[in-house]
Amino acid sequence: MADPRREAWITGIGIVSCLGEGGDAHWQGLSEQRITVDAESFAPYLVHPLAPLDLDKQIPKKGDQRQMEAWQRIGTYAAGLALADAGVKGNAELLAHMDMIVAAGGGERDIAVDGTILSNRGKAANPAAYLNERLMSDLRPTLFLAQLSNLLAGNISIVHGVTGSSRTFMGEEAAGVDAVRVALARIAAGQSELALVGGSHNGEREDLLLLYDAGGHALRGAFRPVWERAQAGGMVLGSLGAFLVIEARGHAEARNAKPLARLSGVTSERSPRPAGAVTAALGRMWQSLVHSAAGGRIAVLSGATGAEPATGEERAWLKTMPDVPVRATGTYIGHGFEPQFAMNIALATLALVRDKLFPAAATSGVEQGYEGPLDRIAVTAVGHWRGEGMALIERAT
Amino acid sequence: MTARDKHGRPIVVVTGMGVITSLGAGKADNWAKLTAGESGIRRITRFANDGLKTTIAGTVDFVPVEPFCSTELGERMAAMVADEAIAEAGIGRKGDFPGPLFLAVAPIEIEWPHRETLAAASGANDAVGYDDLLRASASGRFHAIHERCLFGSVAEHLADRLGTKGSPISVSTACASGSTAIQLGVEAIRRGEADAALCIGTDGSVNPEALIRFSLLSALSTANDPPGGAAKPFAKNRDGFVMAEGAAALVLESYDSAKARGANILGVLAGCGEMADSFHRTRSSPDGKPIIGCIRNAIADAGLTPDDIDYINPHGTGTPENDKMEYLGVATVFGERAKSIPVSSNKSMVGHTLSAAGTVETVFTLLTLEHQRLPPTINYKVPDPAIPLDVVPNVARDAKVRHALSNSFGFGGQNVSLVMSREPA
Repeated sequence: MADPRREAWITGIGIVSCLGEGGDAHWQGLSEQRITVDAESFAPYLVHPLAPLDLDKQIPKKGDQRQMEAWQRIGTYAAGLALADAGVKGNAELLAHMDMIVAAGGGERDIAVDGTILSNRGKAANPAAYLNERLMSDLRPTLFLAQLSNLLAGNISIVHGVTGSSRTFMGEEAAGVDAVRVALARIAAGQSELALVGGSHNGEREDLLLLYDAGGHALRGAFRPVWERAQAGGMVLGSLGAFLVIEARGHAEARNAKPLARLSGVTSERSPRPAGAVTAALGRMWQSLVHSAAGGRIAVLSGATGAEPATGEERAWLKTMPDVPVRATGTYIGHGFEPQFAMNIALATLALVRDKLFPAAATSGVEQGYEGPLDRIAVTAVGHWRGEGMALIERAT
Repeated sequence: MTARDKHGRPIVVVTGMGVITSLGAGKADNWAKLTAGESGIRRITRFANDGLKTTIAGTVDFVPVEPFCSTELGERMAAMVADEAIAEAGIGRKGDFPGPLFLAVAPIEIEWPHRETLAAASGANDAVGYDDLLRASASGRFHAIHERCLFGSVAEHLADRLGTKGSPISVSTACASGSTAIQLGVEAIRRGEADAALCIGTDGSVNPEALIRFSLLSALSTANDPPGGAAKPFAKNRDGFVMAEGAAALVLESYDSAKARGANILGVLAGCGEMADSFHRTRSSPDGKPIIGCIRNAIADAGLTPDDIDYINPHGTGTPENDKMEYLGVATVFGERAKSIPVSSNKSMVGHTLSAAGTVETVFTLLTLEHQRLPPTINYKVPDPAIPLDVVPNVARDAKVRHALSNSFGFGGQNVSLVMSREPA
């Protein structure tokens, strides 16, 4: 029998996206099924733009704001919201033993510098020398620090004082799953008491669009919900940040912190994805997490990206469980890769706290009407290229 | 009877190692050159040096990658060191490693050759912008660039090849990444999640933009002539680190698992410590507290005291700032003994292998324990009176070493220390 004091409680969430900032704004947006898409800035590509933030509220020093690029500001802001929600913000003693696992990609390039070099290098007498010369004189020295993957964690340490430990996992959706998985495993094993886990993504970038479009995964033209992007599929990138404060129950009780929900399990899989592998992996993860847990009314909160064939394989798995209500969040907040899993765990937590689901997407063919009540939610993460994960979130009694 | 450490956890041992640096491929070659005090630093020939302040690096030119791609080189070196480590450990079967993969890898990005391929394909002949690159990417002909430039691609390809179990973890804690990968493996075995883990660090970052980024932060040595003399850790005339490439792999196992299959135990991963620094993005807290706390955490995690440490493999980059702050940390933790504990920097010879450094230096520290011989700090000609350490100046020597400490520090306030022992405590 596992020690109940080693249960993992979610005691704080911090989220920002196109739907706004914080739990209430997100629930409001999901309840209204609000689609916030910018079809102009990167036409013919679509993005879900970040709602305006008053950065001063979570990143009080302008100097810190200037040292970061957008992805770091989004993440540092969301981390501050999570720390405040958990009641640990500014508590030096707790922050000094807080373990941080950030899931991160890399930061923004200087689009203008790239354009200048690409436009002129071919005409230069010595193209190799020209590249060196332009990079040496045109790159801002501190841009590197806004690009390094681990510098979101670094900025969170600086701005919020989280210093127990700092680890950054890279690798798109799977990094987001494994960050939560490892944080939970450490808590369960007594290696950690208090953890800050999550990440951020700036979806409003040509350089990232280029990467995903090269793979054929960026949606062009008219917006469609994630389940309805036809055979070619496609993702709509979203700017979002999501952090969770996860805490050993014993630690939370000792400081009189209340649980929002219990994080009962996280599992992940991988394969080179022969046809059917994703569907099978989801089935195995469901068996291991859900069938081994106590019963109760359950729903699936899907992290479907819209990319194919991944989304089609998840849809095939969901069809094997017609009685389980399903909701996909990507239609409303877009896809942000690394932070997506933490975001969906946060949204599942909101649903459990409210004891209901937001409305189904009527035309999806996957989502069925169901309001509540709810005891448990399984959150899925199927990477657009690789990596599958699932979490089980339960009502904290 | 289960073997437990002083904290009641499974003991974690090393049963296989592999390494590549600018000195060469494999443990034997590297150890011979390291203890001979040879430098792997050379003039960069991979790309033009025009306009660069630093024209030297510890490149791994003997692993050919054409056209050059840093991520591709990193992946190839990782595969090579993994093969060496797994062969030595004699664990699992080919393509079927019985445990998870923890990979320290440089952040992955679209590189200039990729960008130029797309620019050429766009057909734009005057001003080229991202709109043009996107027009090229939309053709559907560049799926390979997508897969190559995903952050998870190196670990996924290695997992395909090596048959490691579960979702592979790609970690970055900047220049401490290699040690964090090992720490993650140690923790997984201590939790009982796995009997074995494969920990790899790899970095093939010597390309124009990566070099220029460090150069613009004034982090690199500009003492280009002769190249082998540039990396001068702890010397008064030190003027920066030397970028380098390399990779290393370790097979970690629980002591019980290694014993049960009759494996040769190469050393013990006895303790891990970390502490993040909230002072500044590139500089250490002036009071040294995070470094001090990190070292103390590692020694306590190993169930030892500072008096038990016989040798320190420092971060020792050769930047004015790092070496000064590392000395403060060592002097504070070890007190009077700081003057007499040997502290030698492998980076004086192989350069700074960045994301791989913690893994490379863990392998070298374990070889130091195995051979009871200390590799030197070369290029130590002008002692710094502010850093009165025994840096094993210029010449290797024999020593009795039971327990050793390895430090790794990185931008973003990352500090990780590992403690290794010859035998289980």
